[in-house]
Amino acid sequence: MATNVLVSTEWAAQHSADLGVRLVEVDVDTTAYDQGHIPGAAGWNWSTELCDTVVRDIVPVDKLEVLLGKTGIDNQTTIVLYGDNNNWFAAWAFWQLKIYGHEDVRIMDGGRKKWLAEGRDLSTEKPSFPAKVYKAKAADISLRAFLPEVQKAVLGKTASLVDVRSPQEFTGEILAPPGLPETCQRGGHIPGAKSIPWAKACNDDGTFKSYDDLLALYGAQGVTADKPVIAYCRIGERSSHTWFVLKYLLGFENVKNYDGSWTEWGNLVGAAVEKP
Amino acid sequence: MALVKPEDYSRRQQQLAGWDISIETYKLGDVYHCTISNVDPGARFARADGATREDAERLALEKAEKYLGQTRRFTT
Repeated sequence: MATNVLVSTEWAAQHSADLGVRLVEVDVDTTAYDQGHIPGAAGWNWSTELCDTVVRDIVPVDKLEVLLGKTGIDNQTTIVLYGDNNNWFAAWAFWQLKIYGHEDVRIMDGGRKKWLAEGRDLSTEKPSFPAKVYKAKAADISLRAFLPEVQKAVLGKTASLVDVRSPQEFTGEILAPPGLPETCQRGGHIPGAKSIPWAKACNDDGTFKSYDDLLALYGAQGVTADKPVIAYCRIGERSSHTWFVLKYLLGFENVKNYDGSWTEWGNLVGAAVEKP
Repeated sequence: MALVKPEDYSRRQQQLAGWDISIETYKLGDVYHCTISNVDPGARFARADGATREDAERLALEKAEKYLGQTRRFTT
């Protein structure tokens, strides 16, 4: 397992104020950071700062450079991401930072849940950082699957498709997670996809499962390192978590996140939909 | 820097309106914060604050029940 991409809560507590290290909280619940966060950590809002707010797309490069610069991050900074719900949106940020070529990005294993459960210090003070200049690299789109590639993979069976949504979304029983707005016209899944819900990669305390357990989890569904993998969910964030697990914890070479996901596929006119 | 420690942290699951939900509650300073999430994927869809654990959870559960009532089930 590539442990250099994971840090423990204890490591974060010891190194949060180090020069060259920046902790950043990214939560599903965008109000959580304001309630209290790791002292010295910055907070990013996934719904406004980690996406294009006009076109449906990942964060544009110029916007990312501004965000990183004002967070006091330059190209040499070690970025440690953490967040609520098993680091769900921390993984979303990780994926985008890797697309734009940031070298040293890590995730705090267990995320906010573990930090809270351990009763560690929180602060409500929003830190300010000396601005830095950040220059992103050209986007590495090999980490991202677009619709034509997914369609080709379905027809040619050239990649393992992993649907990381809940079983009820996979079968089409529901169109969105309970309590959330529906964002698609049809329920079901992409033909040939395997159902492996994203959170199965985590232990109850929010930490990632061991290398052996993860290998067994995906291997049991035929998802192995010798075949390209495309992960998808509803809008591409849960699948970024699975992408992280497959690429960085299991070391699979060819893994892509299809961030168009079911919100794209389930709204396409004439697209094939499979239901059990 | 003003530091506080989360106290009285709890996380549990139960059913509400036919759905599995997760209830996370803790106290920061004088305020109890309660967050309701669906169990899978774990997205927060209701939250509330209160002077006591009971107040915070009651208010959050009321909101949660309303949102869950809008979730449709389809025959597969």
